[in-house]
Amino acid sequence: MGEVLITSALDGLLIGVIYGLAAMGLTLIFGVMDVINLAHGPLIAVGMFGVYLLFTFLGINPFVALLIMAVIGLLLGFFIYFVAVNRVIDAPPLSSLLSTFSVNMMIIGVGTALLTTSSYNVEYSLGSFEFGFFRVPGARLMAALAALVVTGLLYLFMYRTRPGKYIRAVADNRASAELMGIPSTRILALAFGIGVMLAVVAGGLIATILPINILAGGSFELKSFVIVVLGGLGNPLGALFGGLILGLIEGLVPVVMKTTWVPVIEYALFVLILLVRPQGLMGAKK
Amino acid sequence: MNRKSLFLLTLVAAFALLLAACAGGAPAPAAGGEESAQAPAAGEAAAAEGGAQEVVIGFTASQTGKYNVESDRQTTGLQMWMDDVNNAGGITLGDGTVLTFKAVSYDDESNKDRVQELYTRLATEDNADFLISPYSSGLTAAAAVIAEQYGKPMITTGAASDATYKQGYTQVYQAYTPASRYLTSAVDMLTALDPEAKKIAIVYENSKFSTGVAEAAQAYAQEKGYDVVLFEGYDPDTKDFNAFINKIEAAKPDAIMGGGHFQDGSTFARQLNEKGVDVKAVTLLVAPPEPTFAELGDAALGVTGPSQWEPAAKYSEEAAQEAGLEWFGPSSDEFTSAYESAKGEAPSYHAAGGYAAGLLLQKAIQDADSVDPAKVKEALDNLDVMIFFGHEKFDTSEESHGLQVGHDMIIIQWQKDDSGNLVKQVVWPPAGATADPIYPIP
Repeated sequence: MGEVLITSALDGLLIGVIYGLAAMGLTLIFGVMDVINLAHGPLIAVGMFGVYLLFTFLGINPFVALLIMAVIGLLLGFFIYFVAVNRVIDAPPLSSLLSTFSVNMMIIGVGTALLTTSSYNVEYSLGSFEFGFFRVPGARLMAALAALVVTGLLYLFMYRTRPGKYIRAVADNRASAELMGIPSTRILALAFGIGVMLAVVAGGLIATILPINILAGGSFELKSFVIVVLGGLGNPLGALFGGLILGLIEGLVPVVMKTTWVPVIEYALFVLILLVRPQGLMGAKK
Repeated sequence: MNRKSLFLLTLVAAFALLLAACAGGAPAPAAGGEESAQAPAAGEAAAAEGGAQEVVIGFTASQTGKYNVESDRQTTGLQMWMDDVNNAGGITLGDGTVLTFKAVSYDDESNKDRVQELYTRLATEDNADFLISPYSSGLTAAAAVIAEQYGKPMITTGAASDATYKQGYTQVYQAYTPASRYLTSAVDMLTALDPEAKKIAIVYENSKFSTGVAEAAQAYAQEKGYDVVLFEGYDPDTKDFNAFINKIEAAKPDAIMGGGHFQDGSTFARQLNEKGVDVKAVTLLVAPPEPTFAELGDAALGVTGPSQWEPAAKYSEEAAQEAGLEWFGPSSDEFTSAYESAKGEAPSYHAAGGYAAGLLLQKAIQDADSVDPAKVKEALDNLDVMIFFGHEKFDTSEESHGLQVGHDMIIIQWQKDDSGNLVKQVVWPPAGATADPIYPIP
């Protein structure tokens, strides 16, 4: 029993890091501009297919493809921001919900037309590693490490660079930031771009370990909502924490009860957190 | 963070949940790449003089809708049988009457309501003498009601569900192995290969078909003295089986059986391999017989799966003799090469099932030496024959009349040939086997 618990917990943590990364993009955008990006799931799928296509047709190593996709994700984020978000940023929240939902529908529509909803696999293997009784596929380990590196870089960027500080300033109080001469529109676009980039990168990492299809981002978007609430709205580090918790639940719950209980427990926790600690376990953005 | 945005977020999450649920329920697209339906050409009436009779075979085909691909293949097989019989001059009965066959068929649009309308039409206006089922258990259930109502014997193919044969019908005969026996051959094979193996884990997709198969397999395995150490379903959308696999490993089974459909089954096999799970046998539904399963590479090696029929299955006159059964019709090789030269691709079991349905009807008419429905029905009740599709025999009990009891699922296994390529071999039953099973799997 002990071995199973440890193996399951480790497996859960490894996938949880990636869940956390996926949620980070959502929570960052929400934290900075109070926009719930409903195109989050399809953008994760964009990352999945970007890595899949670069790897399958150009033979580019998935982790190199990830860097290319990160840049594409950032640019895509700017584009979506200026087309769909900037105009409604000060409108009531329903407007931005509708506009990002439209982006969602467009990506899903184009993706379904081009790729159908069939599943694809990135045929990439790094063998597997054994640590005592714990055996882990190399790609999973790499993906989890990559997710941690990306999280670290995000923190360096947010706390050690000028644009990062601008983003935090705008998140804190846009009007004051503008009075200090911070170009808020550009900074908002940057934050949105980074949020999208995180979604795309998370999608790319998922593609290296799990089968993908154009609708697969949806389930990660859903998990992201739970994670964001668990960790605290608008708190990227909280998202990592929430992701780990979700991963642990998914790893450990099946050991003691039927797998079908996993979503029940996840959403029960979601509701419970909203009721008793709406600011999340790690505290929300003020 | 204020109350309003929290409320909004909750609302959005709930909405997303709803969307995801809807997306999950959307039908998967057909597996594409098939040529479009061809309208079955009406069998040419042989103008034999004196005592020539044209027998009308009625059926519907799903020329449109979600069953299009499989139904097309089934119809192609059936049409091939009809052409073969008619080109050979038809069937000559004892009294000298020469029978030829004519197909009357309509597009059922993969729709149950259409099936009922059209089978009624086939039975009344088109005066079909005999019926063949549409493709799929659902449509066949709808057609069976009509066949029963008008007293027209119907051979069903492409319809594995047991339920249709437990309604007290007397006119419906199943060519396929019923769903309840999809995995029982796998249990039998395990018994034959390794009397020491005692523990089986049954893990299955939470869908109607797979759950039914899994429950039947569990009952059968327990009856045979196996310890079912894990019996659990997983969500059809599952992509990450790692947690599940940890649980399976903890139960330390000798064999894993289950799965569901292609996507989940192939992902499950891949992740079992990645985790290096130590089991002696893995048998999964639906996925392994598909040629694309080989794309899994080493993860496919040794995986077994039940299939209604495979081109490689060696059902022949000799195999029938060995099994002490009567042989009828072309051999598996003959059917396969005829199909390949006509269609340019290997026949799937759907096509073979279509041909087999016609062949069974032909056999019954020959045995009855008549086209009188009552006599043909009696011949079907007494049928016990081996054809290229395998052994065929129907249950004649009141509670499950027409249920297939002779035909066994064959079990295929992915093995490596001399040059290291993955090939699909038939490993069970011994009468149809093309290779010895690899056991335990590497």
